[in-house]
Amino acid sequence: MKGIARHIRLGRVAAFGLAAFFAAAMLSGPAKAEYADVVINNYADAAGMRPAVFPHWFHRIRFRCKVCHADLGFKFKAGGNQITMAKIIEGQFCGACHNGEVAWSVENCDMCHSGIPGTPTHFHGSTVQRLVAPPYKGLDATKQVK
Amino acid sequence: MVRKSISSYALGALLLAFGSSAAIASDEGSVFQSEGSWMVADVSTANTFNRNLKKDKDPNAPPPEDGIHDAENPGTHILQAPKESYVGLPTTEFGNHVDWVKALDDGLLNPRWERLDPTAEPFVLDLDIVRPVKASVPDVVFPHRQHTLWLECSNCHPAIFVPQKGANQISMSAILLGQKCGVCHGKVSFPITTKSCRKCHSKPKPADWKPPLSEATLKNPWK
Repeated sequence: MKGIARHIRLGRVAAFGLAAFFAAAMLSGPAKAEYADVVINNYADAAGMRPAVFPHWFHRIRFRCKVCHADLGFKFKAGGNQITMAKIIEGQFCGACHNGEVAWSVENCDMCHSGIPGTPTHFHGSTVQRLVAPPYKGLDATKQVK
Repeated sequence: MVRKSISSYALGALLLAFGSSAAIASDEGSVFQSEGSWMVADVSTANTFNRNLKKDKDPNAPPPEDGIHDAENPGTHILQAPKESYVGLPTTEFGNHVDWVKALDDGLLNPRWERLDPTAEPFVLDLDIVRPVKASVPDVVFPHRQHTLWLECSNCHPAIFVPQKGANQISMSAILLGQKCGVCHGKVSFPITTKSCRKCHSKPKPADWKPPLSEATLKNPWK
């Protein structure tokens, strides 16, 4: 009888520990943005704007790759196009469609400039990003388990 | 009995401590790294249990919860959530978890080929290129059809692939580092995972295939 009670208590404690583990893991999990989202932060942070986030998934439902990557001259490289607002307003790059005619116009600043400030230019979820080890960053001394 | 119950609580506390420290470690692992400035692997983050086998917990998260959009930005909440768009599209186990080529073939999507002309049709080239592979994995069949549905010849030729037989050295390491096929595969089109090998390596080796052996091995075989 004693043995069974101990068994149940142990089980409960273990379950509590596991639940806490999963809750903690879910709360502070890594970024899980959509595959192929591109953060472009060539000039935004320095200009006091949030970095721009480009969702490939949204655009490929509406246009084939060729429209932007051949006709509009976008290079196959995150941050490799030196896009500025001046170029967009002139009708280059994003401005070819984001002109109020094909898609919404540039006055909707915060729909593109919607990234977390300080996020560097990168291709979210790319294989290179996943394979190369992230840089070492020591654990916060206040969070360390003693 | 009392001592035993204390020890069981200690076990619980240990599990809790392990849980929170593991969570911190995974947080450290999510630090962004821009391409071009990589650092050497370090023990603290590289030693988490096989990070390449990690499963996406919640693929296709809505923008405010995806970890790269700023939830405090009002515009973030206007943006469409991917899951809303993916309803009814064929699924896969990798990338966006959408089979884009099948969606196109099934007529579920019809993205524009010209920016302003919804009726323009792509120039589709139905030509398969078979690339023999030295290793024992099945040979590669490159289908032009699926690629020309999305892209123009000039996207790949001649900058990425020289349009000539035998002129292109391709290796999995180059692809994984973002060259050759890896310019798109692993970034926007289906990624290289253990579940997607067979999408390219699809032609079984001939029945009389033998691994290519060096002169030295042929002269002095192990046996």
